[in-house]
Amino acid sequence: MTFVKRYLIPRLIQYVLVIWLGITVVFLIPRLTPNDPVMRMIAEMRGRGSTLEPGAMDGIIQDLTEMYGLEGSWLDQYWAFWGRLFKGDFGVSFFQFPARVNKLIFNAMPWTLTLLLTTTAFSWIGGNILGGLAGYFSRKGWSRVLDAVAMVVRPFPYYIFAFALLLIFAYVVRWFPITGGASLGAQPSFTWAYIKNVLWHSTLPAISLIVLGGAVNFQTMKLIVQNINAESFVQYAKMSGVTEGRIVGKYVIRNALLPQVTGLALSLGQIFSGALITEIVFGYPGLGMLLFRAIVNGDYNLIMGITIFSILGITTGILIVDLTYPLLDPRVRYS
Amino acid sequence: MKILRDLFKDYRFFLSFVVLVIIVIMALLSLISPYDPTLWNVVPRDMKPSAEYWLGTDSNGQDVFWQATFAVRNSLIISLIAGAVSRVIAILVGMVAGYKGGMTDRILMFVGDSLLVIPLFLIMVMLAMLVRQFMNLVLLGLLLSFFGWAWDARVIRSMILSLRERDFTNTAILSGTGTVKLVLNEYMPFTMPLIFSTLINNISWAIGLEITLAILGLVNLSIPTLGTMLNWALFYQSILLGRWWWILTPVTLSLLLFIALYWLSVSISEYLDPRTRVQRVGA
Repeated sequence: MTFVKRYLIPRLIQYVLVIWLGITVVFLIPRLTPNDPVMRMIAEMRGRGSTLEPGAMDGIIQDLTEMYGLEGSWLDQYWAFWGRLFKGDFGVSFFQFPARVNKLIFNAMPWTLTLLLTTTAFSWIGGNILGGLAGYFSRKGWSRVLDAVAMVVRPFPYYIFAFALLLIFAYVVRWFPITGGASLGAQPSFTWAYIKNVLWHSTLPAISLIVLGGAVNFQTMKLIVQNINAESFVQYAKMSGVTEGRIVGKYVIRNALLPQVTGLALSLGQIFSGALITEIVFGYPGLGMLLFRAIVNGDYNLIMGITIFSILGITTGILIVDLTYPLLDPRVRYS
Repeated sequence: MKILRDLFKDYRFFLSFVVLVIIVIMALLSLISPYDPTLWNVVPRDMKPSAEYWLGTDSNGQDVFWQATFAVRNSLIISLIAGAVSRVIAILVGMVAGYKGGMTDRILMFVGDSLLVIPLFLIMVMLAMLVRQFMNLVLLGLLLSFFGWAWDARVIRSMILSLRERDFTNTAILSGTGTVKLVLNEYMPFTMPLIFSTLINNISWAIGLEITLAILGLVNLSIPTLGTMLNWALFYQSILLGRWWWILTPVTLSLLLFIALYWLSVSISEYLDPRTRVQRVGA
């Protein structure tokens, strides 16, 4: 019971509160900025020379006013905003009028989800194992080489790193395609040819995310392990003749993993943003690319939909990570 | 002075210091630039690097080298504003949360953690979409600073938490030192180095985010920054057309800047943390 009371319930409350705060921020942004978002969007669409039938335009104005909920007091607007969200209604997109924002997001999501989950798993597991070993054997040559690589890679923001990879591996040496999630005209199907095509297109974005994320995990893990190394239980294990492999695998890395799980939860939002940016660089057809097209077309509704959706997704992801924590740390389970 | 001499023994500090000095000199050169960065077609277009145009010219008819001096200067201005203002927020939040504890601490940390958790990039995109026409260097810097304090407030808070347990805190309180004075006079010196290293990281983060926003066209593209320079080079397909001098200038400059800032912060924080220092010397 104490576990539920001390750990589970506070986490759930926090989960709900963060979602509330995030979505409230999304609600406030168009209201706190100094111009009427509806008219601005319309003007921007006109300025871009989009041709829309008069009926569609009225629909958009109404939809916008409704989505921003600009009728009534702020409190009324706030209630209406939540009401729509609970119905799962994000309104329509402009640049693909009259497609619903929901549908566009759901079409793009599998791409992002697959890329994000695979690369996060690889970079977290790989980075931690390599970091743990490099921290334990910090005087070895290979450990120093890995450290040097991480020192160079780590500071790059997602955009620059992805762009550098694109320049080198798609323009200079043409090993990988320049853009897209699959070759033009390839029919989505469960054939080996199509899967191979998708994998080939996903390689560079995946490498870019894995290397950047892995470098962060590598460095923090190495530091934690170096500190654990100095602790007396490790010295004791060494002196009592426990094999090095056993010490690293069974005692050192396991202990060091706990803060890394918390770290993963805290950095999930950043990793997600990074994946969106990487998708844009490589023209990968997920949420990032959808976001990019929404920005280029001034499609505020779609951006808002993507943002709200991402807030829900990330907080849920963090909740899941947090809930697996007790499985790893018996102190949380039994205290 | 001895600290500096010790730091210069670390090759990473030395290299990054040299690179940063060169970049700052470059930013200062913008003051004597022969061209106005906002004017187009002041030089022939798409010239290769030569004695006259050191880094060539671009498709807007601007000199790439002099344009880059403005870009570096403006990127540094944005990130310094972002860094300085968010430091003030982070210090205030971190110190109040760490010192007061209890409910204040919980609320402040909740807000901070939420900022870490929410995909800030998307929130920035939403904001930038709406204020694009008012966007200038200062506003962008303030926007970035508003979102960049959360992690560092957390770091400062945990430092204060450990300082509060030390004996000198009790001595000071018992001898009648007020809270404000205690925090400013007694705690500040301990947290200063930490604040400095978070400042460097924050500057680097701000430069990176500016580049990302600029690529998406969410800043004022007529103000030269590293991001807008890259945006123009991509817009004119400089890669496909082989105008490497144009695209590589902002890319190389930002790569150098990121590595230099990171190495600077790592070497300083390693120097400050005696545990790693011992490991380094002992190695």
